[in-house]
Amino acid sequence: MSNQFDPVISLRGAKKYFGAVHALEDGQIELFSGEAHALVGENGAGKSTLVKIFAGLHRPDSGTLTVDGKVVHFDSPRAAIESGIAVIYQEPTLFPDLTVAENIFMERQPQRSFKRIDFRRMNREAREIFSRLEVVLDPTRLALGLSIAEQQIVEIAKALSLDARVIVMDEPTAALSSVEVDRLFRVSETLKASGVAILFISHRLDEVFALCERVTVMRDGRFVTSSLTNETDENSLVRAMVGRDLEKRTDQLRQFDQRALLEVEHLTLEGLFVDISFTVAAGEIVALSGLVGAGRSEVATAIFGIRRYDHGRVSVDGKELRRGSPSAAMTSGIGLVPEDRRLQGLVMEQSISRNISMGSLKSLKKNGVIRAFTETRFAADWSVKLQIKYGNLGNSVSTLSGGNQQKVVLAKWMARSPKILIVDEPTRGIDIGTKAEVHRLILELARSGVAVLVISSELPEVLNLADRILVMREGRLVAEFTHDDASEEAIIGAATLSSEVSAS
Amino acid sequence: MTVLENNSRDHSLSGGPAIDFAPSGASRFTSIVFRAREFGIFGILVVFVLITTAIKPRFLAAQNIKFILIDTTIFALLALGETMVVISKNVDLSIGSILGISAFVSSNLYQQFHHISILLVFTTGIGIGLVFGLINGVLVAFGRVPSLVVTLASLYIIRGIDVLYVGGQQVVASSLPSNFLSVTSSSLGPVPIISIVVAIVIFVGSYYLKNYRSGRDLYAIGSSDLAAGLVGIPIAKRVFTSFALSGMIAGLAGVIWASYYGTVDSTAGTGYEFTVVTAVVVGGVAIFGGSGSAVGAAIGALLLNTINSSLYVLGVSAFWDQAISGLLLILAIALDRGLGLYVAKSLRKRSSRVAS
Repeated sequence: MSNQFDPVISLRGAKKYFGAVHALEDGQIELFSGEAHALVGENGAGKSTLVKIFAGLHRPDSGTLTVDGKVVHFDSPRAAIESGIAVIYQEPTLFPDLTVAENIFMERQPQRSFKRIDFRRMNREAREIFSRLEVVLDPTRLALGLSIAEQQIVEIAKALSLDARVIVMDEPTAALSSVEVDRLFRVSETLKASGVAILFISHRLDEVFALCERVTVMRDGRFVTSSLTNETDENSLVRAMVGRDLEKRTDQLRQFDQRALLEVEHLTLEGLFVDISFTVAAGEIVALSGLVGAGRSEVATAIFGIRRYDHGRVSVDGKELRRGSPSAAMTSGIGLVPEDRRLQGLVMEQSISRNISMGSLKSLKKNGVIRAFTETRFAADWSVKLQIKYGNLGNSVSTLSGGNQQKVVLAKWMARSPKILIVDEPTRGIDIGTKAEVHRLILELARSGVAVLVISSELPEVLNLADRILVMREGRLVAEFTHDDASEEAIIGAATLSSEVSAS
Repeated sequence: MTVLENNSRDHSLSGGPAIDFAPSGASRFTSIVFRAREFGIFGILVVFVLITTAIKPRFLAAQNIKFILIDTTIFALLALGETMVVISKNVDLSIGSILGISAFVSSNLYQQFHHISILLVFTTGIGIGLVFGLINGVLVAFGRVPSLVVTLASLYIIRGIDVLYVGGQQVVASSLPSNFLSVTSSSLGPVPIISIVVAIVIFVGSYYLKNYRSGRDLYAIGSSDLAAGLVGIPIAKRVFTSFALSGMIAGLAGVIWASYYGTVDSTAGTGYEFTVVTAVVVGGVAIFGGSGSAVGAAIGALLLNTINSSLYVLGVSAFWDQAISGLLLILAIALDRGLGLYVAKSLRKRSSRVAS
């Protein structure tokens, strides 16, 4: 057994590039036996990449990973497991049709005579692990219907059955209720007491202070600082996470109509979001901010009718919108540029012109027939307006770059001259030049009187574009800022801290 | 490493009560439904038998029972192979065609070589099945072509080979030796010996699937192939084996078929695959993989054959037989689907209740 003061596992100077994207520039962390170590940072700070290196899913391009002081190279998830490292993902992958005990011991089931599986021993051993974790969970029940919290417990039990010495928890609490978080923390305390090192990824700083002895902050793929939690506080962590001054949008605050075009009142969908109310005026850009998983996209898809909400109402221009009907939403003038353009925004195998004209077929029809010539001319017009760079309009849209694909989605909706446009993560995975063009397009739309609702995880983008910023946390609206009094610190604070920030 | 063993027992955190994950209503409900499914089939079976016997007492005559059991034996045997395939979220549609070609080639050996050993006849039938099963298996497991497409293609191809090879020929019962015919004709009271043998095979197969690692692997693959890959299950190998076995079993069923019917031409076993898939699904094997048993599938086959026979005895049009099979199939799938939706919904409500 190694010295107690030496790290069980450490990573130094890790770099990981995906093509031109620098996911990790300087990954650095040390985990000690019996300690929980928190890793915090904004979306895109490189936390997930670091976790995947520990899990054996990514190999770092450079840097050293040591276990018990010895340099190791994980070339597969199996290698990581054999070194005693287990990763618990936010949403575990279990076999729903098999029992809890089988899920723990799959491929390692205890056997009796003639190599038959010894179910009794397997269930007993599972029960022993649960009692060690001080958890009551029936090993003989099916995994089908287990809550996410329970699934995580099964994964932790699996890690223990493998004698894991390092357990990485990647945002385990994001999908848990407060009661379930308490349970997870008690299990984690038990793990620590038995000498396991925990790496805890979380956006919630109060949890970091409640559970962890140590905290490391990352920003833009780089290690920023590491300290003992009793020697730091939430404010200095937030400062370290943001760590840069940002130029604000330079143009004058635009004048817009105070008439609310989109009104959302008390919108609730059980389990996803609760009591969401806000308005967007004609010509206004409102941003819906918050962490990934806070329920922002779910609200957007509910407004557009893809999801049916349980309670509340959505009105466009004072008229109530039928719920659960995207075609009603479109008829009333709403457009949605969805989060995943490849899966939801485009028909990848179809041509560029077909994708652009897709929302406007009714107006292109002549005597019930759409002529290819009309369609192509229509698409060409919009391609020029949005400066889409393409080879041939007949080529499939999958041949375009990400930024140009996004412009095709925008063109599809702009061609319908919407009154309200919802854009979900408009610039994700787009190069900087095209990003600026997309921003310009959104601002132009707003200037022409369209009510715009922007969902974005990128704070600079939110601060740049929005006239008003609403912050969601765990399915609720928790804060509202105007363009002038918004700052990265304030938004991150509202999105992560549990102390209530009053909605002004 | 045994870090955990050292101080785990005596460690008790804060002395609080153990963290309780009470069994949720949803899970209790699901286990009740799954059990109800197996008894439900039996219930329907009993109802059909009682009604038919009340109207036409000769339904329970020894000869009729024997007919039903022999028919069921062939379908239940095919259903054993199909179960292995369906549990791992695939489907084998080629079994009817494999049965057909195996039935002709194996029984035709008696016309070519008069004193051929019965063992060699069975081996030939099983071997033919194995060859086609291996081809299906390679294409599905290693070629990663969806099994529906692969086995639909082999359904036609094998039947095509059968027709080309057989032409207008026919094997007739008079050319078959008595020891071959007695495989299916000897019985213990009204119960044919072959039915007892096949029942044992099905029980053993079912036991293997439930109690051996490689058997559980099939359930795991069908339940979540993503999770199966993560825990290191050799997915391709297992899927490949399931198709090879299903082919072998179809080959064996072909020889039994030839022994029972005596007259074999190129149409033997046409459409059997659909009856077998229906029996498997009605018998409680989830068409989306992950659950069910070969015994359940055999009971499903028994139910379908009993209904078929009772309608025949009652003089009801054969159309109704097919309509009832279809209805049972839809009921079985609706039950699975409804259950999945119910569990998902109750889970969502439950988590939001805790949160608020």
